[in-house]
Amino acid sequence: MRNKQRVWTKLWLLLPLLSLMIILTGCGKNIAQEDVMQRVDKTNEITWGVKSDTRLFGLMNIKTGKIEGFDVDIAKAISKEIFGKDVKVNFVPVTSNTRLPLLKNGNVDGLVSTMTITPERQKEIDFSDVYFNAGQAIIVKKGSAIKSVKDLTKGTKVIGIQGSNSVDNIKKAAPDTRVLQLSDAAQAFTALKSGQGDAMTSDNGILYGLVSDDPNYRVVGGTFTSEPYGIGINKGQKKFLTAINQALKDIQKDGTYQKITDKWFGNISGFDGSVSK
Amino acid sequence: MISILTNNWSSLMEGVKYTIESSLIALIGSLILGVIFAMLEISPNKTVHIIGRTYVEIFRNIPLLVVAMFFYIVMPQFIPGLDGFTAGTIGLTIYTSAFIAETVRAGIESVDVGQMEAARSNGMTYLQSMRFIVLPQAIKIVVPPLGNQFVNLVKNSSVLAFLAGFDLMYQGNLIASTTFKTTDTYLAVGLLYLIMTMPLSYLMRYLEKRWSKNPQA
Repeated sequence: MRNKQRVWTKLWLLLPLLSLMIILTGCGKNIAQEDVMQRVDKTNEITWGVKSDTRLFGLMNIKTGKIEGFDVDIAKAISKEIFGKDVKVNFVPVTSNTRLPLLKNGNVDGLVSTMTITPERQKEIDFSDVYFNAGQAIIVKKGSAIKSVKDLTKGTKVIGIQGSNSVDNIKKAAPDTRVLQLSDAAQAFTALKSGQGDAMTSDNGILYGLVSDDPNYRVVGGTFTSEPYGIGINKGQKKFLTAINQALKDIQKDGTYQKITDKWFGNISGFDGSVSK
Repeated sequence: MISILTNNWSSLMEGVKYTIESSLIALIGSLILGVIFAMLEISPNKTVHIIGRTYVEIFRNIPLLVVAMFFYIVMPQFIPGLDGFTAGTIGLTIYTSAFIAETVRAGIESVDVGQMEAARSNGMTYLQSMRFIVLPQAIKIVVPPLGNQFVNLVKNSSVLAFLAGFDLMYQGNLIASTTFKTTDTYLAVGLLYLIMTMPLSYLMRYLEKRWSKNPQA
């Protein structure tokens, strides 16, 4: 009897929590379904989700406390193109795991967060046109005999990152090479530096970040897969989507896109991520 | 879990092969190094003693992963071609040898000082009395704790996974990250480690019993 009573008291305690959850999810839906164009015209404020841990694309500057990078500048340029110079642009840091829920809950209006356009994601959200030509590439030490992924023949070793698609892709593109898998990009790059492999493979965005830090290494042979980045927004925001695509075209035409690309990738040899060429 | 084992049998077996290989090399290497450094530690010569003591204290008090990483990342600059497997095995050998040195030293010191004195007064040299009088008695005392070290060594060989050393843990990580069946994969990996370490435990227990019954053997 006692036990039964206890269970019931516990269940009663759950009730407020449950109702809170229902209310919160309800709110989220309302915001996400609201027309972004109308709301921003009214409040003059827009919120983007960006990465805060990815060099060159979105990285938290510890001194200023602001997120800086290619994605951030693209988001700013597009917002100004659509809503005028005076619009207030907010940034919320997201990760690969949190970005879709944050967008669907309406915490952010859109995602410029190194997100590849994939059919699975397109079921959940809408994507803009490509704003960055991402794909898989390789980096080697300067002066290496390896000029592209084709030079990874028998007897060579390439370093990849555990659990990423890039390992499967490199096995297809260079079946004779031996793949060593390390746990993350920093570890993999350290192993490459100490001569454990002849090349390292990952997304070009990550590799540009690594070589910008160490000029003794460079990206060679361009991308050998196509995994382009798009801006993600909620479904049912047709007007917003059209405006973003138009703005992307406009900033490419007036040179803003080129300026942003030069700012972040200008000194990287072998860069081929720009969509405006 | 059965499907994980059958679908990935060849890569798991490759992992087992590398784990056993690394463990065997490290076991023999660390036993030799460990005994040498134990002898240095108990040496009456001050300089020699300090050398042994320093070695043991340094490698006993640094995490194995750091030692192994040192050989993987730093040493290739001086020794080109030092791959993850070799670097990891060297790290494992050195790390374990520090513990074995401590175990052996404790064993030797537990033999009554009178034994050494008696041997010396019978005209044996220091090394002779060590070899024929003290060490045979010390070995019996040392076998059970040494067994512990060897079992630990097999388990610690999983450090190779961080250096792309192709061992069982490395293969397990790859299978888990591609199939997303994390629980089943690590259960299977744990089972395979158990199959490798259990016979070693039993062997050590058997030796312990045999030597305590028959002191002359």
